[in-house]
Amino acid sequence: MTKPIRTEEIEVSMGPLHRGMEKIAEKRTYFQYMPLVDRFDYLAAMLNGALYCMTIEKLAGMEPPRRAEYIRVIMMELNRIASHLVFVGTLGLDLGASTPFIYCFREREEILDLFDLVCGARMTFNYMRPGGVAKDLPPEFAPKCREFLKKMPARLREYDDLLSNNEIFVERMRGVAKIGADEAVNLGLSGPTLRASGVGFDIRRFEPYSVYPEFDFDVAVREEGDCLARYLCRTEEIRQSLRIVQQALDGLPEGPSSTRINMNLKPAAGEVYHHIEGARGEMGCYLVSDGTTTPVRLKWRAPSFSNLAVLTSALPGWKVADSVAIIGSIDVVLGEVDR
Amino acid sequence: MGVIGLGTEGAIVTTRIEQLLNAARSASLWYMLFGLACCAIEMMATGAARYDFDRFGMIFRSSPRQCDLMIVAGTVTKKMAPRVRLLWEQMAEPRYVLAMGGCAVSGGPFYDSYAVVKGVDKIIPVDMYVPGCPPRPEALLQGVLELRRRIAAGELGPRDIESLTAAARAASEAGTETES
Repeated sequence: MTKPIRTEEIEVSMGPLHRGMEKIAEKRTYFQYMPLVDRFDYLAAMLNGALYCMTIEKLAGMEPPRRAEYIRVIMMELNRIASHLVFVGTLGLDLGASTPFIYCFREREEILDLFDLVCGARMTFNYMRPGGVAKDLPPEFAPKCREFLKKMPARLREYDDLLSNNEIFVERMRGVAKIGADEAVNLGLSGPTLRASGVGFDIRRFEPYSVYPEFDFDVAVREEGDCLARYLCRTEEIRQSLRIVQQALDGLPEGPSSTRINMNLKPAAGEVYHHIEGARGEMGCYLVSDGTTTPVRLKWRAPSFSNLAVLTSALPGWKVADSVAIIGSIDVVLGEVDR
Repeated sequence: MGVIGLGTEGAIVTTRIEQLLNAARSASLWYMLFGLACCAIEMMATGAARYDFDRFGMIFRSSPRQCDLMIVAGTVTKKMAPRVRLLWEQMAEPRYVLAMGGCAVSGGPFYDSYAVVKGVDKIIPVDMYVPGCPPRPEALLQGVLELRRRIAAGELGPRDIESLTAAARAASEAGTETES
C-alpha cells in the first residue's frame, strides 16, 4: 500500500478578492455606502446591513422602532439559515455527495423568494436602513414565511438522512482536525467554529443586541471540536433560527417600520464599535466619525478572516484529501476574508 | 441548411461543415467552474435545482482544458487578473467568454476602487455581457441562450477556420524543418 500524502506545512495567501471596500467607505456618505455593505459577506447580506445600520445608530444615538427590530431579526435569522444551507450543500459537494447540494439550494430558493417579496432582490438586498428598514413587510409575507417554517423541519430530516447519518460522510468528518477549547479561544475563533470546540459563546446570548433577549432559543454547542461537530453545530443552528423566526413572526408588533432621518446623516464626532453574531462568527464594525457626512475610517471585523488562522495548525499532519473537509467545515466566505 | 427528399428512407441534409459544427457547439457548452465573488453564488443557484443549467447541455468542469465557456462571475481584482488570463489561455479553441455581473462588465460598484480591474474585457476578449449586481439566474440564462444563438448563427468564433488551419500548418511545417 502506498503511503498517503500528508500536509506538512501550509502558507495562507490572501487578497485575490481584495476590493478595497474599507477605503471606498471614506469616499461615500453613510447612505451611499449602504449597497456595498451587502457585497462584504454576500451569503449573509442582511446581517451585514443590520450590523452597519446598528453601528450608525449607536454612533448617532438613534433607536429604531420596535417593529423594525422584529423585522430585522426575522431577516437576519432567515439569512443565517440560507447561509448555513449553502454551507451544508457545498460541504457535501466537496466530499463528493452532489445530491445534498441540490436539496439545500431548493430550500434556499424558498428563503430567497421571501427576500424577493420584501425587497426585490435575491442576494444583495440593501434593505436595512439606519433607523429601521427600507419598506414594511408586504401582507403576503407572513403566510408564506409560516408555510416555509412548517415545511423546513421535514426537510432538515432529509439532510440528516443524506449527510448526518451517511456513513461515508461521517467517517470522513469524525475526529478530523480536532481543535481544543483553549486553542480555539487563543486563535480568536468565533461562531459555530468556536462553539463546536465546547465554548458556548454566542453574542446573541451574552451581549444581547436588538430584541434577542425576548426570544427563547438554545446556543448550539458541541464538545468534540472535530469537523463533524462543526457541521452538526450549524445544522442545529438552523433549527434554532427557525424557532426565533417563528417567535418573531408571532410577536410582530404593529407600528412604523422606520424613523424618518436625514439622508445627509452627520453623526457627532466620535468612534464606535459594534458587533453581532454573524453566520460565521463575530462580525464587527468599527466606525470613526469627524462630524461630516463621510466616515473617517471604517473597519470590518470579519469572522472568516479570523477563523482562517486555524488552518495553519489544523491542516498539518492530516491527509491532503482531508484538507477539503477541514477547509469546508470552517465555512469561509472569501468576500469577507479579503474585503 | 437545405433538406433534400424527406422520404421514408430518411432525409438528406446539405450544409456547410462550419454550420454543423456551430450547431453542435452551441448545444453543449461546458462551462468552467470559475466563481470569484457574489455572482458565483448566483451561478451555483442557476446550476442547481430550480433553474437547472443541465437542460441546456451545460455541465460545469473544473479544468480549463475541458471547457468551452468561461463564465467570469464576480469581481476581477488586480491580484486575480493574471490568473484569469492564464486560465483563459489554457482553454482550447473554440472558446467563449461571458462576463457575468457589473464587476466583470465594467468594475460595477467598485468603479473607483484601487484594487479592481474595471471590466474583464481589459484582459481577455468577451463575447457576451450580462449586467446586474448580481444578475438574476433568469438574466444569466438569457445571456447564455443569446450566446448559443450567436454561436449557432456563426457570428462567433472560431472566427476563421482557414487562417487558423493555415497558421497551424505553417507552425507544424516550421517545426519539421527545424527538426530535420
